[in-house]
Order: sequence, then structure tokens, then C-alpha cells
Amino acid sequence: MELFLHQVLAGLATGGIYACMALAIVMIYQAIHHLNLAQGEMAMFSTFIAWQLIEWGLPYWIAFFLTIAISFVAGIVIERTVFKPLHGAPVLAHIVIFIALFAILNSAAGFIWEFTIKTFPTPFGSRSLLGDGLISAHHAGMIGVTLVVLVLLFLFFRHTRIGLAMRAAAVNPESARLVGVRVGWMIALGWGMAAAIGAVAGMLIAPVVFLEPNMMLSILLYGFAGAVVGGLTSPGGAVVGGFTVGVIENLAGTFIPYVGQELKLTIALALIVVVLMFKPTGLFGTRLVTRV
Amino acid sequence: MSEPILSVRGLEAWYGRIQALFGLDFEVAAGGVTTLLGANGAGKTTTLRALSGMIQTSGDILLADTPIRGKATEDIVRLGVAHVPEGRGTFTAMTVEENLQLGAMTRRDTGGIAEDIDRIYDYFPRLAERRRQQAGTLSGGEQQMLAISRALMLRPRLMLLDEPSFGLAPLIVEELFAILRRLKDEQGLSMLVVEQNASMALDLADEAYLMETGKLIMSGPAQQIGSDENVRRAYLGY
Repeated sequence: MELFLHQVLAGLATGGIYACMALAIVMIYQAIHHLNLAQGEMAMFSTFIAWQLIEWGLPYWIAFFLTIAISFVAGIVIERTVFKPLHGAPVLAHIVIFIALFAILNSAAGFIWEFTIKTFPTPFGSRSLLGDGLISAHHAGMIGVTLVVLVLLFLFFRHTRIGLAMRAAAVNPESARLVGVRVGWMIALGWGMAAAIGAVAGMLIAPVVFLEPNMMLSILLYGFAGAVVGGLTSPGGAVVGGFTVGVIENLAGTFIPYVGQELKLTIALALIVVVLMFKPTGLFGTRLVTRV
Repeated sequence: MSEPILSVRGLEAWYGRIQALFGLDFEVAAGGVTTLLGANGAGKTTTLRALSGMIQTSGDILLADTPIRGKATEDIVRLGVAHVPEGRGTFTAMTVEENLQLGAMTRRDTGGIAEDIDRIYDYFPRLAERRRQQAGTLSGGEQQMLAISRALMLRPRLMLLDEPSFGLAPLIVEELFAILRRLKDEQGLSMLVVEQNASMALDLADEAYLMETGKLIMSGPAQQIGSDENVRRAYLGY
């Protein structure tokens, strides 16, 4: 029982990271209707920036927030320079650009910071919490920070004008223009926020998986799985999907024989296939109720 | 006739390489209602889309004294042109109230926005009842009322209405046009109304234009157009 609880909590901790990645993917998907394959590499690059800032002597939390700000701006710049001109281009054109972005960020990180594995600090320490080591302090911190991020995002989209405008631009760009929403900038803002969320995810997971240019590869796959499970059209669903994938991954790795640590990633892919086969809209990406 | 709020000279429009409008000249008087009538495919919707900068155009479009042709849709809206589009453009997954908030997206006066929402619930009590409901669950008539309300939230100088009667039961259509008349009489709202329901539109309008295959073929005071037996039989079908 204690092993079970321990695995669920650890699953929720990594699940929070998947939830952030899934959310970042969904935000961009809602805006441009393409899957950002480079989301993970963007997060990885952000994490390297944070590492560099800390190396230069900045305190952790200052580096943390500065990295979020830098990533936000970089996300907007990427949209304005690369994807805005691509507006309306076919799927394959987008995929090629995503792959290019992936390769460029991956190689650039390796070129600047080398491919050797680095440790990344945690501000939460590594002691055990809840008595006899049920959850480590860093895992608890991961859950805490992701919850704060998700609640802030929820409040932003529900209760601010810009949040409302972003939702409108995503679901019905033409109508949004007709009420005066600057749809192009809303898309750019979506990219900025997705990049910032990815940065948070990268910085939180880096102490666990260690920092190196390929660190986000599997994380991104779990993120995709989370997004698909929850439904690509539902930000809330993506979050639930992310947490679900985290828990399933951990429990399967521990309790199903032969799966273990090596085959865990297969679970994510299997989830994607199963969900797409039986409920292509995802668990929460329900069809809208409409009447004519 | 008073100063025009909208004057259009030599307006042409294209969908890609296909020309859809051929040199339109027309006006909307400030505080007046102008209607564009014509059959399906005559270019009525295209005219409104051209005015809102949603397609490629040439010619002159003046909002009062400001040239607006070639501007982005968002900027034209910000100058006070509210467009109630074909199909109503409802944000179906959002609540009625959020739809109204979106209509006021370009405004900063929070107090005024709240007042306007209250005033709209006054005009449309049924929207007040459904304020927390997903807009997609409203009936067609209610959605049309919501679309007009959303446009009113802009405090527009000119409202463009694309077939407000489309797909609605006759009783609802009458209710809707009664409200449009109130808006005209009580608030002096200038409107350009595109309609297939000619009798309702002519009743509301001061000026009327007839459209056929992208051209204006006749214009005059609405009453005169409406009472001309030949015009009615040939173009208006009633």
C-alpha cells in the first residue's frame, strides 16, 4: 500500500510536468491547429538559459522568473518571425518547420552548452516529506508549482479581458476580428505563454532527469499523450490527461511485470493509440452543444 | 438628408481572381437605415464583407470623413463599425454574458460596459434569463438577438446587419425588426441592412438599393421602391 501511494504521488509530480507540456501543446494547437513538435526543445533551451543564469551567480528564483520572461518573449518572436508568415500553409510545411526548429534548438543547445549531462539545482531540497519518505521535497515542490501555474492560467482565461479575447480568437477568429480582437497578436501571445509554461516544466523536471539537450524528448511524448487523452481542444482536459498519464506511467512501471523503467514510454504511445481509436476527441474534448 | 455616416464610391471586390462587386455607389445617412435587397448571390453579403475589410477591394469607402478601405477588420471595428455577420458569428462555447463582454472588447470603460449590458438585458429580457448559459444552446432567434446585442456593445457609429431574418420564424422576425426600429428611433443608430425579406426591410429603411449580380440596379426612398408594383414583382418577389 505504501509503495502504491508513493508511486501515485511520484506519478502526480511528473504528471504535473506532463500537464504543463500538454497545456502548452494545446494552447498552440488551439491557435494554429498544428502540433508543436518543437515544444520540448523550446523548454529544454529555456532550462539551459536558467542553468546559465544560475552559473553566472543569480539566485535560483530570480533565474527562474527571468527565464520565464525570456521564454515568453522568445515564444512571441518565434511566432512573429517564423509562423506568422506561414499562416495558411499546408500541414506538411508546418511539420517541416517544426522539425527544423527542433533540430536547430537541439543542436544549438549542444553547441553552446555541450552534450554532457549537467545537474540542475532544486530550490526545494531533496529531503523526504510526510514521515517515512512518501514523497520527496522536490516532488512536492513540483506538484505545488504546477498547481500554482495551472490556477493562475485558469483565472487568466476565465476572468481577464485578454484571456477572453484569446479564447475567442482560438475558437472563432473571424467573429473575434469582428468585435475588434487583434487575432494575430492573440496567437503570438499564445506562443509566448506556451513557451513560458514549457520553461517552468523544463526547470522543474531538470533536477530529476538531468540537464542535457535530449532531456525533453520523452517528456514531450508523455505531454502529447496527456493532450490526446484529455482532448486537444480542451485545456482543462489536457491538464487532467497529463496528470493521468503521469500516474499510469508510474504505476505500470512498478506493478506490471516486464514493463519496468525501460518500457514505460511505450505506455504513453499505447495510450495515444487507444484513445485515438476509441475516443478521437479525447476524454474531455467533447463536441459542442449547438442548435440551429 | 443629413450628412452620410457611410459613403461608398466605385466599390469593387474580388474573391481571388473572380470579381464579385462592380462599381457600387451608395450611402447611409447618419441616423438613417439603408437596405440592400436582392436575390441569393447578388453580392449583398460580399458588400458587407468588403466594408469590413474581409476581402480584397478597390474604390472609396468613407466612414463620415475617414477613409476605411484597405484597413484591417479589427481597425475598422475600432472606428465604430459593428458587423453582425451571416450565420450570426456566435461564440457558441461561451456564455451569453461572455459574448456580450467580447462585443465590448475595444472599450476600456468598465462602468459603461456594465451599464450597457444591463440596458441590453432590458431590450432582450430573454438574454438576461440565459446570461450564464452556453450561447450555442440558444434558439436561432435568441442567437440573432445576441449577435445584435454583441454589436451594440461596441457603441457603434454604424451597424452592418447581414440577413437578420435568416432562418427565423415570421413572428420572431417581426419581434426582431420591432427592436431594430426601436434602436433607430430611440438611439438614432445608423444601419445598413442586407435582406432577402424585402417587405420587413423596406418597412424599416429610409433608403433602399436593389442588387443584381454584383451591381446596384436601382435605388430610391424605401417607400417608393416598396410601392412600385413592377419592381416588387420583378425583384422582390412579393
